[in-house]
This record gives sequence, structure tokens and C-alpha cells, in this order.
Amino acid sequence: MKKILSKEKEEELKEIARKIRVLSLKMTTNTQSGHPGGSLSEADILAVLYFYKMNFNASDPSDPKRDRFVLSKGHACPGLYAALCLKGVIPESELWHFREINSLLQGHPERKTPGIETISGSLGQAFSVASGMALAAKMDGKKHKVYALVGDGEIQEGIVWETAMFAGFHKLNNLIVIIDRNGCQNDGYTKDIMNVEPVAEKFKAFGWSTVEINGHDLQQIASALEQAEKSDKPFAIVAKTVKGKGVSFMENDPQWHGKALSQEQLEQALKELGE
Amino acid sequence: MNEVLREKFEEFIATRDGYGKAIREIGAKDKLVVAVDADLASSTRSLWLKETAPERFFYAGISEMNAVGLATGLALEGKKAFVSSFAMFLTGRAFEIIRQSVCYGNVPVKIVGSHAGIFTGKDGPTAQATEDISLMRTLPRMNVIVPADAIEAEKATWFLKDFNEPCYLRTNREKSAVIYRNDYKFEFGKAVQLRKGNDVTIIACGALVPIAIEASVLLEKEGISARIINMHTIKPIDKKAIIKAARETKAIITAEDHQIIGGLGSAVAEVLSEERLCVPFKRIGLENRFAESGSPKDLFKKYGFTAENIALNAKKQLKNYT
Repeated sequence: MKKILSKEKEEELKEIARKIRVLSLKMTTNTQSGHPGGSLSEADILAVLYFYKMNFNASDPSDPKRDRFVLSKGHACPGLYAALCLKGVIPESELWHFREINSLLQGHPERKTPGIETISGSLGQAFSVASGMALAAKMDGKKHKVYALVGDGEIQEGIVWETAMFAGFHKLNNLIVIIDRNGCQNDGYTKDIMNVEPVAEKFKAFGWSTVEINGHDLQQIASALEQAEKSDKPFAIVAKTVKGKGVSFMENDPQWHGKALSQEQLEQALKELGE
Repeated sequence: MNEVLREKFEEFIATRDGYGKAIREIGAKDKLVVAVDADLASSTRSLWLKETAPERFFYAGISEMNAVGLATGLALEGKKAFVSSFAMFLTGRAFEIIRQSVCYGNVPVKIVGSHAGIFTGKDGPTAQATEDISLMRTLPRMNVIVPADAIEAEKATWFLKDFNEPCYLRTNREKSAVIYRNDYKFEFGKAVQLRKGNDVTIIACGALVPIAIEASVLLEKEGISARIINMHTIKPIDKKAIIKAARETKAIITAEDHQIIGGLGSAVAEVLSEERLCVPFKRIGLENRFAESGSPKDLFKKYGFTAENIALNAKKQLKNYT
């Protein structure tokens, strides 16, 4: 894949991804709950989507022309809230009320939060809703794209394949799904709990164009998203990632799927992340 | 007879046809109307939209979950989205999508479940939705409409077109008596008193409404005056009509083609108990059991959904009045 990000842009996105990781960990430790592991694996993807690819204006998060983003793996919302905060949609002070009573930031995404398109948290559903949004855009001849970030454990849900079949059949080429292939799910490794491979071939068989990338390589993410624009079919990006990316003791360890770091662990993690 | 009712019940049309007629007409009138169905559109009558707006009808395939997800996405983008299938598959299989994406997300999706109740007949219990009212009624933000005839189904569909909240519309496969005049005006959330009466009140919904009217004729012959209420909106329920009936008549009977747990009977009981209205009360419906295959007529007879059984229960409860 050719490099499409300038050196400066790549550096900028790298810093944003780093900040997404830092904020995700701080948020979850602060409330002593939430899902840090998957927030770290998706950070680079979110950085490229929100700060390079998507037409999304912080001053008007419901602009009809905006590109839509749906976090179907809703549990990884600390990462999304962090991205929306860096984008200026959510004030940073709100992050410290994540998961608390009367908070704008629910444990899983809800529509009252600015920048959130649909509820998610029960796996597979938001991907289906995203395909409905893509269908509506097609009907109306609108040019915006609908992006859905889906977990690799999540694709064990039947509705994901109902949706994939529909999108493939209707050639919804304005629908782009990114699969966060970190290999871990709540109870362990996907290879042990329910093998999902071959992921790309499965989507291909359902009528999708696919590409496999390193989900932490900003150039590859940007390039795959550009490639998706030219597809005449719905486009699936299988992004190989590492759960807990960037923090040595979290990396590839499924226990950090839904467990917050202690204050002590957070301090070490932040050091590793260059804070 | 009431001024909204026809003089004679000579015409028989299924409520699903009332919905179909409306979706065809509103599809022609309003370009925002879309329908998604899960391979039962010829049965649910959503397919009739194809006659006026083929580009706005979609099959999800046999996938009720995705059908509801698609409708939610369409509605989020401003479409007036109807999603239909058999009531059982839609409210059962896709229950959680309805709970989360539609209700929690507060998206005005119109959920149309046909083939409700044992009135479905020979397909048997797998296709006879007898818990759908209960399932939908329990959901925050969900509204529930059970039309009594094809006219009401048609008018309720027109109402739903511009209704900005999630709603469940329950229709039937089998033909039933058209009771309303063509100029009947559907008023969401407002029960319709079909017959005046001072002795007993029969509150019914759906296919049991014409049967309840028949029961009132039987009771009248025995000198008992029965008030008949069509509770077409189960949620939000018309509390005033229930309170008034409890105060003005001596007993209350509910009749529905549904389990007695969680449906119309339960909704009425909730109002009666919370309003401390102590009145002899009986729910007619399926009593914690599945039915079976059979003609709708035979099933209604076997499971007690008849004018005779409603009248009998009314008399029994009147005896309990002190």
C-alpha cells in the first residue's frame, strides 16, 4: 500500500491515537469500570476516521452531510468518547463522569450524547442499523459514507451475517465496516472460544470487497479507507490489532476486556504511553 | 347501537388487509414511507406498498433481527419506516433489537405484526403470537395498538405514518366482521364505547371485539345490559374509560386473543387495583397454555373465545357483585 499521509499528518494522528489511549485508561480507572482493552486496540482506527477521513464537523454533529460513524462494539466507547472529546464535541470534564449517575456518558453509547448516531452495546445491532442508514443514503442519492466499527468477537452474532448478506445483495458500497481483529473477547481468545477465521473470506462470500491491514499502521488504515471509497460493493477492512495496544502488561491479555486498571497500574500505563 | 358502528356486520375483511390498503395509499401520498419485511410481505400485506412505491419496499430476507435494525437505520435518517412480519417472529425473535435499537434509542419505528393470536388458525402455536402484546407493552417508550377491524387497522396505519414514537400494530390473518362505518375516526389512546350498558362492562380488543358485541346481544335477551368497550390502544391505556366502567357497572370482563398474562386483561387489572376499584373481574384469553392447529372458528370455540362464554362469565361475575 502506498503512503498517503504526509509525515506531519501521520505524526498528528499518532499523537491523537496516543491521547485516545491515555483518556480511555484515565476514564475507566476513574470510574473503576468499563472496557479499556478494546478502546486501546481501536484507537488508531478512530484517529484516522475522525481526524483524517470523515467529514464530521464538531460544531454541527448532526449536519445531514456528515459521514456517519457507528461503534457497533459499543463497550469500547471510552475510545469513542475520547475521540469525540479531542474533536471538541464532548467537553473533557464530562469524561470524568463516565458511567456515573446523571452522566452524559453512559456505559454504552446512547443517542443523547452528541456525536452518537445510534445506541450500541448489545452486539451486532448497530451494524444492522448502520446498513439501514446506508440504504437511506442510497435511496436519497446522498454522498456521505456510513462507517461501522465491529469487534471480531462480535461477528459471532447471527445478525452480523444477516446484515452482511443484505448489504452485499444490495451493493451498499457506501457502507464500510472495520473489524477490530484483536483476537480477544470477554472470556478469552477468539481462537479458543469460537474461531471466526477466515474473516475476510467470509465477508467476500457475502458479496463484499475486503482488505486486510495492520490496524495500528496509520498509513495502512488511511489507504484502506481510500480504497473503500472506490469499491462498487460494501467494503470490509479486517484490521489486525492488539488488544491493550501500547501498554505492555495489557497487550493481548483478554482480562483487560472489561476491567479497569488500578491507580497504580494506570500510572505505569501512562508512563509507557509517554505521559 | 353506537353511531360509529355499522347497522349490520355483513362484510368480512382481515385487519391485515386494512393495514395493506393504508400502506398502499400512504406510500403513494408520502415519499418518506418505506417498508421492510422478512419474506412474509404477501401475508402481512406490506407487499401492497409495492403497487404504489416499489422503490420503497425492501426484503430483509428471512431475518427479523436485521429487518428491525434496517428499519431503525432508515427511521434515523428521516424515513417513516414500517417493519413487518408475523407477530411472533417480529416481537419474539427481534425482541431485543426492538428493546435496544428502537425503544432505548427512541426511534419512531412502526412495528407491524400480523398473524396474531390463535385466530391465525391452522399453522399452529409456532405462528400464533399469544404473548406479543405483553412483550411490547413492557417496553419503555413503546405504544401498542390492536385494531378491532379492517377499518380501524387502516385508520391506525394512517395515524402511525406521522406518529413520532415507537409503536406496535397487531393485525390478524383471518377475516373478521367489519364493525365500523367508513367514516369512523381513530383516536389514539382513547377507548371507544361501542354499546351503552349499566350492568356489566366487557372490555375487548382485536378479533374479540365483534364477539363481545355478540355477547352483549345474548345478555340483553336475558335482561342484562352490557357496556362494550373497544380498547384499541393497549398502551397507553385509557384509564378514564376503565375507572368509569368500574364505577358505573357491577363487573368487568376483558376479552383478548392473547395470554391472560401481560396483555389487555393485565393492563386493565393494573388500573383497577391501583385505583382501588374493587369490582368483580375476569380475564378471558389463553390461560397459561399453548393452543394448537385448527380452524380459527374451532379454536375460538375450544378456547372459549365465544359470545356464549363471554356472556356466561359476565353472568358469573355479576353474581359476585355485592
